[in-house]
Amino acid sequence: MKTELDLYDYWAYRDRPKIEWPNGAKLAFWVAPNIEFYELNPPENPFRKPWPHPYPAVPGYSIRDYGNRVGHQRQMALLDKYGIRGSISLSAALCDHHPEIIDLCLERDWEFFSHGIYNTRYSYGLTEAEEREMIEDAMATIEKATGKRPAGYLAPALSHSDHTVDLFAEAGGIYTCDLFHDDQPTPVKTRSSKRFVSIPYSLELNDTIAFVVQKMEPRRYAQTIMRAFDELLAEGEQSGTVMCIPTHNYQVSCPHRIRAFEEALEYITGHSDVWVTTGREIAEYYLEHYYDTAQSTIEEARR
Amino acid sequence: MSNPLLDYPERHYGMDHDRYNWSMLQDREPIFWPENKPLALWININLQHFPLSGEKPQAAPPGALTMPYPDLRHYTLRDYGNRVGIYRLLREIERAKATVSFAISGALTEHRPTLIEHLKSLPFEWLGHSWNMLCMQAGAVEPNRELRWITQTKAALEQAGDRRIAGWFSPGRLQTKQTPELLAQAGFKYHCDWVNDELPYKFNTDSGSLICLPSSLELDDVFVLSQNLHSEDSLEEQIKDAADALISEAQATSSGRLLCLNFHPWMMGQPHRIGTFRRILRYLLTNKGDLVWNASPSMIIEASGVHP
Repeated sequence: MKTELDLYDYWAYRDRPKIEWPNGAKLAFWVAPNIEFYELNPPENPFRKPWPHPYPAVPGYSIRDYGNRVGHQRQMALLDKYGIRGSISLSAALCDHHPEIIDLCLERDWEFFSHGIYNTRYSYGLTEAEEREMIEDAMATIEKATGKRPAGYLAPALSHSDHTVDLFAEAGGIYTCDLFHDDQPTPVKTRSSKRFVSIPYSLELNDTIAFVVQKMEPRRYAQTIMRAFDELLAEGEQSGTVMCIPTHNYQVSCPHRIRAFEEALEYITGHSDVWVTTGREIAEYYLEHYYDTAQSTIEEARR
Repeated sequence: MSNPLLDYPERHYGMDHDRYNWSMLQDREPIFWPENKPLALWININLQHFPLSGEKPQAAPPGALTMPYPDLRHYTLRDYGNRVGIYRLLREIERAKATVSFAISGALTEHRPTLIEHLKSLPFEWLGHSWNMLCMQAGAVEPNRELRWITQTKAALEQAGDRRIAGWFSPGRLQTKQTPELLAQAGFKYHCDWVNDELPYKFNTDSGSLICLPSSLELDDVFVLSQNLHSEDSLEEQIKDAADALISEAQATSSGRLLCLNFHPWMMGQPHRIGTFRRILRYLLTNKGDLVWNASPSMIIEASGVHP
């Protein structure tokens, strides 16, 4: 085991070369609905228990199923209303279980990025070859169902190995959502030296973290989102920032939460200097316009 | 040999089990509630018996006793619900002319007969809520033992209430792998334990099918106030928001929606919370009265047109 992560170099959040998003936007804003499938009876993983209750884990399983049965279309209607295309963090097996959801998102030109096969299967307990097989299976399954190979990866249930990011870059991905070290895209070092970046996702604004871990009341969550937005927009004047709201169709789509969430989306999309976009578009734009400058600045700072 | 962690035996269209069919709520045939009201409202009150001692279940229910024996603080605080809290709730229910249902621990027929006698005089539906709060349908419970909890509860409530019991609400909304079969064998028509939908749907068992009328865990008073530690004002706001969101969705899609609420007398019947309960009822039944059809669970299932 390593004692330090070596995926990126330290790079202070001051005096960085200026990023400007398309049309002079100061903030790139994206919403990442996690569309997941949790198994009722997953195999036991020696490193992590999928459910807190003995089989059948009705409370945990049934609220997640609610997300797909009820919550998905509710959240989709809300994002439609504010002109937001979702960037889906997708359990690839959902292409097999619930293709109707895939079709609805395809119709809307949403992005699909990989979130593993099931959210009850982890990167833990796999050899490097097995993890490569799992990553490739997810990539191929999503490509077959959507016509496009995913560009991004959020490892299933945020479970990682030392090879996760390397393997994903080698499978043809261009960005990771697994690193929470920055509010701007940054280059990521992989063993294949491919042009590969981290795109800010967010744990702090993730609805599950907010509602389940922080136990936030719905309007405090909305307020948290709006405060983060105000700050990142102001800082984006110096150099463009990224803000992501990661959601779950069983959290934010609940009828007692969706009104407060809507207030936050209405506020954000009411601003003109915001690029409302997807994870892939941010990664591609950054790779094309800012990746090389960032690399050379980081190298200079290291010398 | 390949790693079982990469083996996916249930990776196919639909669900990964055969309890019910996959379907999205918004894709179903529209539902019309009586008087064409957009929102049906089910208010359930859980009346629970927590024994002072007994064998610990594999999963503790919300509100379980936690202290070394004798755990006076939790025993008496739960009993408070059955002596004081429930009468406060009933006063407000009567004032608001609300329709509610009671999910009742079967053991209350023995331990709190006066309460049961009073509930019998009210025009509200009863549901089985296991024998007591140690009879948890969780993990490896021997099927005959679980069946005894179910049938004993049903018989006691039917006898004490002089009525048929059609619905079951498991403590903690937990089930064993055989609970649905046992409920069907015992003659139940519906259960409320899988919180995966906002409308009733058909639920399969090897002993004939049931209906699942999904209760709402996320708006349960104990969940919001004692697990999430939200304020009473936030609970009220969340319930109002939920009603408003569901009413707008029902109107936009021309199909009825359902709001399920769940209250515990030992939680909501406290003097500092009863005002919240009163304001919730007033909002739903007076302010939004023209848009809300407040009914019993069996009436809601019948009106939904879903059959086992």
